[in-house]
Amino acid sequence: MQKLPDSRGRFGQFGGRYVAETLMPALFELETAYQQARRDPKFRADLKRYSAEYVGRPTPLYFCANLTAKLGGAKIYLKREDLCHTGAHKVNNTLGQALLAVRMGKTRVTAETGAGQHGVATATMAALFRRQCEIFMGSVDVERQALNVFRMKLLGATVTPVDSGSKSLKDALNEALRDWIATVRDTYYLIGTAAGPHPYPMIVRDLQSVIGRETRRQIIARENRLPDVIVACVNGGSNAIGIFHPFIRDAGVRLVGVEAAGLGLSGPLHAATIAAGSVGVLHGNRTYLLQDEMGQIRETHSIAAGLDYPGVGPEHAWLKDTGRAEYAAVTDAEALDALKALCETEGIIPALESSHAVAHAIKLAPTLPRERIMVVNLSGRGDKDMQTVATAFGVTL
Amino acid sequence: MDTHNNTHPGRIAARFRELRARNEAALIPFIVAGDPSLRRTRELVLELEARGADLIELGVPFSDPMADGPANQRAAARGLAAGATLPAILAMVSELRRATQVPLILFGYYNPIFHYGCDRLCADAARAGIDGLLVVDLPPEEAAELARPAAHNGLDIIYLLAPTTPLERARRIARSASGFLYYVSVTGVTGARARLSADLAGNVEQLRTVTKLPIGVGFGISTPAQAGQVAAFADAVVVGSALSLLIEADYNENDLVATAGEFVAALKDAIRAARPAAPGATA
Repeated sequence: MQKLPDSRGRFGQFGGRYVAETLMPALFELETAYQQARRDPKFRADLKRYSAEYVGRPTPLYFCANLTAKLGGAKIYLKREDLCHTGAHKVNNTLGQALLAVRMGKTRVTAETGAGQHGVATATMAALFRRQCEIFMGSVDVERQALNVFRMKLLGATVTPVDSGSKSLKDALNEALRDWIATVRDTYYLIGTAAGPHPYPMIVRDLQSVIGRETRRQIIARENRLPDVIVACVNGGSNAIGIFHPFIRDAGVRLVGVEAAGLGLSGPLHAATIAAGSVGVLHGNRTYLLQDEMGQIRETHSIAAGLDYPGVGPEHAWLKDTGRAEYAAVTDAEALDALKALCETEGIIPALESSHAVAHAIKLAPTLPRERIMVVNLSGRGDKDMQTVATAFGVTL
Repeated sequence: MDTHNNTHPGRIAARFRELRARNEAALIPFIVAGDPSLRRTRELVLELEARGADLIELGVPFSDPMADGPANQRAAARGLAAGATLPAILAMVSELRRATQVPLILFGYYNPIFHYGCDRLCADAARAGIDGLLVVDLPPEEAAELARPAAHNGLDIIYLLAPTTPLERARRIARSASGFLYYVSVTGVTGARARLSADLAGNVEQLRTVTKLPIGVGFGISTPAQAGQVAAFADAVVVGSALSLLIEADYNENDLVATAGEFVAALKDAIRAARPAAPGATA
């Protein structure tokens, strides 16, 4: 298998660098800086040390004895990214990119955020490495996620509400790109997922691949073999590509991405880009998008704010087209049921995003023989979602 | 290229030749198609030409205009609400071509074009009477699939150069460009600026060393005084957001077309005053 992305930043037809000319030199500068950094023993040592001492890696691979017994099928393991500092896998990416920003001498770090998880993970790194930090967040999300807004401010970041378009994640991304166009000389734009213009999808994938590399070592130590199925939720798809990537060459390992089906794929209120989208170009890359018949981007819905984006990372688009990975979709209601099930059987409160992966695992496990092994990427913890979950269950806090 | 089947080959180049002979910089107003309606856009094009526009950029509205400031974002939203889709815009251009030969450039983002189909878009745009395409998020590295059918249909692809573009890169971009080169005057998105960048004239002069193509300057130019300053050293002056704001202010008024025309006339006066007229030339 050839190494992807290619020199043009492509995964097959997907990826590329579709940005305004002002940003092109910055993307080349970033690519060069990253290629140097990844070969530099100092950079690698820093990344390893902070990953261990600050983030808390390796995260455990946990066997769900109760859930496995209840479902009566494949053995279910959870990769516990929810135990990372800041509560989700996002920090693997922000740590690596913040180290890169420091190396490049950039004094200011910016990011977009939807639910606020990536914003918190970015603000955290900006505090640690003493950079100025500005987070762009749709004004609707600023209202919905007051707690995370407060966390970011506490960490020293400026949170800028975005009032354009649908006032949510895609508009926050637009605004972050607009800001970068104006500040590109001293600002490091720290994208939150494995999407955007090349080299971002590659950088984010490489940094998140620590999830898959650890999983591989841990499952071999425990079961003396590779898993049969890996399940992860997908929107931009950084946690999924992180756990998939080290297994792509292992044809016997089924890779299953789970998108947000929202209120159902028969209507417009979902964010299942691969299941219901078509190929287009947005935010710097060619990929699957939710769009209308004129190529205008559609608004999306998911109960999980972190799955509420109308695109998907280009490597997932490629994995879908080549058939190497398969993609399923789970509704808001199914994700809520899975969240409750994991709480009750294992005492673990998953993030609503990760609950989509759990929901699909719950469907899939009973259809597989007991000797099969399934790993679910538990990408984040659910504390941030308690308000949403309470509302959904009709509880007033 | 001898495979051109455009019925109006080189309308943009011809316009720059005429202007150069008169020692005059071109005025290129930008308006978003469909802002506030396609009927108004048609009237605006004719009025702006009558008042001194030399070429006109028609914005193709997109839901996510990543390189635009607030004024053009709102203009795009109004255009979308008014149903300014690519097919509707091209139909309007076809009608316009019965009344004017002013060079017309489609200015927009790649996704609506990609979705329409590059081959089909270039054929339909050329047939309708479009002369050039400027796609903000399509740098030369990604442009092959549009540049090929564009050349085949005699459409110019206008590339952007930015203050961040190194000179060697500008040289490579200039080689694949046609019509004119568009120099982005600010490191930033579209929208009015209080003053022009101090090194603007020097930057444009430097670009002259890598290209013989006309160089237009845009982003941030919003007043006749600024247009005059830029016309002293550039071949064309693009004014966009200032017009979007005028149209927005007059959104529900009937004098919107006349107001925009007055503004364009003032811009063109300042541009003409910026350089001495060539001997024997009549404005």
